[in-house]
Amino acid sequence: MTALLERRAGRATAAGPPPGLRQRRRRERLVVLSFMAPVLLGLVVFLVYPLLASVYFSFTTFDLINAPQWVGLRNWRHLLEDPNVRKAATNTLWLVAVLVPARILGALGTGVLLARFKRGSGLYRTLFYLPALAPPVAATLAFVFLFKPGTGPVNTLLADLGVQGPLWFNSPTWAKPSLVLLGLWGIGDLMIIFLAALLDVPKEQYEAASLDGAGPAHQFRYVTLPNIAPVLLFATVTGVIQTLQYFTQAAVAASVASGAATTGGGISSTFGYPEGSTFTYPLWLYVVGFRYGALGYANTLAVVLFVVAIAVTAVLLRRFRSFA
Amino acid sequence: MRTLAFVGRHAIAIALSVMFLCPIVFLALTSFMTDDQALTASLWPASWHPGNYTEVFARTPLPRYLLNTIVYAVCATCFMLLASVPAAYALAKLRWRGRTGVFVAIICMMMLPPQVTTVPLYLMWANYGLTGTIWPLVLPMLLGDAFSIFLLRQFLLTIPDEYLDAARVDGCGEWRTLLRVVLPMAKPGIAAAAMFQFFYAWNDYYGPLLYTSENESNWTLSIGLASFRSLHHVEWNLISAATLLTMVPIVVVFFFAQKAFVQGVTLTGVKG
Repeated sequence: MTALLERRAGRATAAGPPPGLRQRRRRERLVVLSFMAPVLLGLVVFLVYPLLASVYFSFTTFDLINAPQWVGLRNWRHLLEDPNVRKAATNTLWLVAVLVPARILGALGTGVLLARFKRGSGLYRTLFYLPALAPPVAATLAFVFLFKPGTGPVNTLLADLGVQGPLWFNSPTWAKPSLVLLGLWGIGDLMIIFLAALLDVPKEQYEAASLDGAGPAHQFRYVTLPNIAPVLLFATVTGVIQTLQYFTQAAVAASVASGAATTGGGISSTFGYPEGSTFTYPLWLYVVGFRYGALGYANTLAVVLFVVAIAVTAVLLRRFRSFA
Repeated sequence: MRTLAFVGRHAIAIALSVMFLCPIVFLALTSFMTDDQALTASLWPASWHPGNYTEVFARTPLPRYLLNTIVYAVCATCFMLLASVPAAYALAKLRWRGRTGVFVAIICMMMLPPQVTTVPLYLMWANYGLTGTIWPLVLPMLLGDAFSIFLLRQFLLTIPDEYLDAARVDGCGEWRTLLRVVLPMAKPGIAAAAMFQFFYAWNDYYGPLLYTSENESNWTLSIGLASFRSLHHVEWNLISAATLLTMVPIVVVFFFAQKAFVQGVTLTGVKG
């Protein structure tokens, strides 16, 4: 009964607060607005507007000179039949399926290793982390050089061991695995996140588990994994999103490995080398929009990417719901 | 048994260190070779040619690219902080209706691949005649950066409310509380966010390719490096030297601010 009365009283104030309170609320709202105004404007200009515009443009055809013209579902029908979309989407999904788990396992493995050190892990941590700092263009150039088929250091060393190395970035079969190796080289950022989470696991839980007779494998499965699960989820989701936008390494690797003498503007002529094996979805979007100038169709491709990205993000948002 | 584990751990760690460092070492060795030797299978320079580094400067307008990259990275970082710190404060420490919704929108923006919004935004900048410059990459930062806001918010959440309440009791308004009380305590978080933004801009390839590729005088190091090619064949000794040169500034910055940076990386994934 008292609870009911209190609720009523609460509703009464909400319906008609005294003038002083109302004024205070208005002032508080203005204060919040003074903090948030630029970012709220940013969300409208750089998120809401371009998203709505892409959806509209996806039903039109136009280029930089001609105004948009409504063509209904033509772009969408074209998308379903476009062999380049199929090829690019397949390559991108291949990278999502291989690169993301490879990076997570690699980072988890090195993290577990470093977490076992009581002293002296600082130097190793820095050494493992350093490659993650290399600018992607620089790292890609370094790897194409390293994995040069004929005379690269990797194949030279393999030859010394009596192994005939593959063509790496010049082979349609090996180009994507080579990109995975490049991604593994830069796992440092993920490793630091995992290392912090591993060091945060309460020691008592390991002690309790070992008293119960749990071996290292069981301890990892029943103590470590549940404790670092949120970080694993975060790494997986952000990893998938990053791989969906995979562009720089694929573009640069193809351009350099093909040996073509091109400049920045003409780089797209080598996209996908060799034989389209490194041709990712964002590369096709870029070519359609900014080399062919088919801006309407490029937006159709963008809307598809958006739908996939938002579906992945939804998983992350569920995790953050309790914190927001 | 314990010594065995100790030796084993270090053996694995040393082997991994070698693997992580090898690409850089081979690159460094090649950067001192002659053009002809760089095309052979030899790993060690037959004779040392530091002149490759000056040759890189002679071949490409490297100082020009460097200046453009610095302008891009510094402006983007400063602009980002101006808008993102207050927003992160309002999201972490003030209670208001719609806060959850705005935070969700910011996470969505953070996770959105840049290619999704590329075409409408490119048209917008073309309308203002700003394509071919770095302004389309820098000006948006005045309206905040989603990832930085997220990172700063996570950091500000770790500052106890008691400090803020004390300032408010003393009659500080919210802006004064932010500037006088929160900013000094949030220095590590701000340093981490600033470094992330700086590194992002420094390493960015897609943005400059999209907006500056039509105008070579506005190219950044990433574009310049990706386009570094000779007419006849790939000169790996020069490419190696140029590649190492673009890495140097980043590594120097990292060594001076390693602690703040590692703390920032940790914060993005762990807290929250």
